[in-house]
Amino acid sequence: MTLFLYAVGILVLSGLVATRWPRGGVAGAIVGGAVGLFPALHVLLTGATESLWCAWQVPYGSFAVQLDPLSAFFLIPVFGLPAVAAMYGSEYLAAWRGKKPLGAAWCFYNLLTASMALVVVARNGVLFLVAWEVMALTSFFLVTFEDEQETVRAAGWTYLVASHLGTAFLLVMFILLGRETGSLDFDKLAVSSPNVVFLLALIGFGTKAGFMPLHVWLPDAHPAAPSHVSAVMSGVMIKMGIYGILRILTLIGPPPAWWGGTLIGIGLVSGVLGILFAVAQSDLKRLLAYSSVENIGIITLGLGVGLLGIHYGVPVVATLGFAGALLHVINHALFKGLLFFGAGAVLHGTHTRNLEQLGGLLKRMPWTGLLFALGAVAICALPPLNGFIGEFLIYLGAYRGALAMDTAATTELLSVIAGLALIGGLAAVSFTKAFGVAFLGEPRSEPAAHAREAGLLMQLAMLLLAAGCVLVGLLAPAVVRALAPALKIVTGLPAATVENQLANGLGPLGSVVLVTSLFLVVLAALVLLRRSLLAGRTIGQSVTWDCGYAQPTVRMQYSASSFAQPVTGLFAGLLRTRRKLVPPEGLFPRQASLETTTPDAARETIYQPAFGSVGRGLGRWRWLQHGNLHLYILYIALTLLVLLIWRLG
Amino acid sequence: MNALIPPLLALVLSPLLLGVINRTKARFAGRRGQPVLQLYFDLAKLLRKGAVYSRTTTWVFRAGPMVGLAAALTAILLVPLGALPAPLAFGGDLVLFAYLLGLMRFFTVLAALDTGSSFEGMGASREVLFSALAEPALLLGLAALARRADSLSLSGIMAAVSPVAWGTGGVVLALVTAALMVVLLAENARIPVDDPNTHLELTMIHEVMVLDHSGPDLAMILYGAALKLWVMSALLAGLIVPLRSGKVWLDAAGTLGGLLIVAVLIGIVESSMARLRLLRVPQLLVAAGALAALALILVLR
Repeated sequence: MTLFLYAVGILVLSGLVATRWPRGGVAGAIVGGAVGLFPALHVLLTGATESLWCAWQVPYGSFAVQLDPLSAFFLIPVFGLPAVAAMYGSEYLAAWRGKKPLGAAWCFYNLLTASMALVVVARNGVLFLVAWEVMALTSFFLVTFEDEQETVRAAGWTYLVASHLGTAFLLVMFILLGRETGSLDFDKLAVSSPNVVFLLALIGFGTKAGFMPLHVWLPDAHPAAPSHVSAVMSGVMIKMGIYGILRILTLIGPPPAWWGGTLIGIGLVSGVLGILFAVAQSDLKRLLAYSSVENIGIITLGLGVGLLGIHYGVPVVATLGFAGALLHVINHALFKGLLFFGAGAVLHGTHTRNLEQLGGLLKRMPWTGLLFALGAVAICALPPLNGFIGEFLIYLGAYRGALAMDTAATTELLSVIAGLALIGGLAAVSFTKAFGVAFLGEPRSEPAAHAREAGLLMQLAMLLLAAGCVLVGLLAPAVVRALAPALKIVTGLPAATVENQLANGLGPLGSVVLVTSLFLVVLAALVLLRRSLLAGRTIGQSVTWDCGYAQPTVRMQYSASSFAQPVTGLFAGLLRTRRKLVPPEGLFPRQASLETTTPDAARETIYQPAFGSVGRGLGRWRWLQHGNLHLYILYIALTLLVLLIWRLG
Repeated sequence: MNALIPPLLALVLSPLLLGVINRTKARFAGRRGQPVLQLYFDLAKLLRKGAVYSRTTTWVFRAGPMVGLAAALTAILLVPLGALPAPLAFGGDLVLFAYLLGLMRFFTVLAALDTGSSFEGMGASREVLFSALAEPALLLGLAALARRADSLSLSGIMAAVSPVAWGTGGVVLALVTAALMVVLLAENARIPVDDPNTHLELTMIHEVMVLDHSGPDLAMILYGAALKLWVMSALLAGLIVPLRSGKVWLDAAGTLGGLLIVAVLIGIVESSMARLRLLRVPQLLVAAGALAALALILVLR
């Protein structure tokens, strides 16, 4: 606990130092993160729980913090990823030196990390909400770093409004929980209506996590932020929503079946729609943001499977579902962080995120390209990397449940299987597109042709996360075994049962790692075989075969939107892709063009009409506010008078 | 040692399946057709050649065939041959099986995009969509079988198929067989989804993705494709030949007979129908998914 407080202290202090000396902020982020990892790992591995309670002047507030294995588990990405991202960001932000207040940016960055750490350990409603609010505000200021751009400002406002609407639901939830006992300490909360609390938590935390259709801020805010901040937001911050749901679930008692079903429904909608919108994007960072919605969907599917397991009393399903969800939290932090770093390196090297302008970057940015490819394989849940392990556990939980349970639950579990399969297939579409169009082929524009490789610190940051992806993939059984204490809290099962079920589930996992290691051996053998076969033979160089066409040009390459067209065409009803077509005309056509954009469907069909009508409705009361100070004072006096009469009467 | 029979047979005999398909098609067309062993000759020839690479390409293009073949070679370790269990069988190996094939596809697609050719991009973009739609059908179909067999490994599922199982739950097995057959045709670039013998790059899917590969790389791709066809046909053969005598060689021979039947069936399908319009293919794949879902409903009832 002491070390944990030191880590938070380092982050806050270095954040303040950063306003004078930006490098101090970077150093503080790295040191603070590294220090914080020790208590987190210690608690997670030993299963011990440490608490601290201090009185606090704020009504209903107390400085109640606790470091239990569930908190410790979430602290690993909370401290780990921002530390790596700080290393990356110190080089990434260098381009803005002298143009932007970097000190303020690092201050907010370190405060964001500290607030996330506090969110995870807070055990009092007020403390939790304060940390939650600091997290929202600091990340808002980080999103609006490039506030000279209109789109960035708009994204920032959407984010600010969305996160406060979400917080409002959390406020109501905590009031409901604390109403009876008059205390907001987590161990004194009383649950009278668990279903209402569950729904409030789902909306409040779901807004932060990015459940469809509450995700609307996410695809705007994540691309707008500087890339290392995008990585932290996508990799860690949205998981705070998942943490919140898990923590509330441990507080509000045994789940009825429909909770699991609801989470599975949300997971399916977020997963499938998230990845469909990702396929349709041609902005690299926006594509990654939508894929975060998809991955939150996968995590939610795991949670749903776990809840069904608890409800029906099938420990193996509960353990596997939650284990998959938790592991995917870590995995997503690793590969989404890596991919956002890669996208940032592309942006840094070419000054564009538009896939239609990129191409051929693998030759110009070999390391970034290699590591981005690795991240793409991982995020598509392909063996032998970490993404596969997490999804495998969820699959296994769903399959085991489908074999063991009665009909009602089985239908839901089978929809998880079908959904994961479809999501996996579509993820392959969007990431072959992202990597293939940006890094392979010929450059589609002048800046892409002269792209420069990212600097050493940026490469090192990517390398660290890539190594994480490989290690979690190959050491899967050990990693999953380490989750046992956290799983014990989430499932509410006795420790022995959890460990038994994990051991039960680890058998297949050991075999998976055996098979994937065999795959690597076979691959190595094939590399040697090919080398020995080709040794001493003629290796020709030529242009790409284009069916006898003599002069293939760059413009004839398949583009991002043409690659996605079969998908956008098939799902046109959901995606509503807009096409702007200038067709070729006349016998000797000169200019023709086609432009496709896929704006967010939820924003266009739900939020814009809703907020529009609210705005119009409230507009009628605008005459109340005409900027006349005397009238405002009159309002205040009138209000006081009314209150006085009410009080006396 | 019996455990090694399925992968060894796959290694040796998989190119033969394509020979059988081609011979069937030739018979239907009234031709003599190429030798049944043609693919072996092709492989031997390609392995002796050098290679030509486009200047556009990078290491991804060279890695594609190797990753694909390595994934296929690993996948054959998981697939049983009828009653003969695979050397590696564990609960959930069916998911790993599907994702290994996914890895193979992922790198084939990237290698295609690496050439910068519009034709290969076209093939790649179709391939990823069709396989995304085929995946749920495959995993749901296997789920139906898993629930019947109360086992999550391919070997366990196949061991539970028997004449009795066909008698009591024939409808389920028939539905799953139909769904897996569609998945097989789509994943292995056969008619009615893709025409392996077309001469127009515009209409191809799988073949156009590998246009630029040559020499040993092309050999690896062809062999990998043959292995993929073999493993998926082996699953089908295990279903349609419910021979579970317990005698190794009898069971192996029975399933090999089943494989022959599957290959001839593919040949008949290819001879008797035209390729679907590309816009119709998703409907076919969704229909396969619906068949698998229907089988599941019947199992759960």
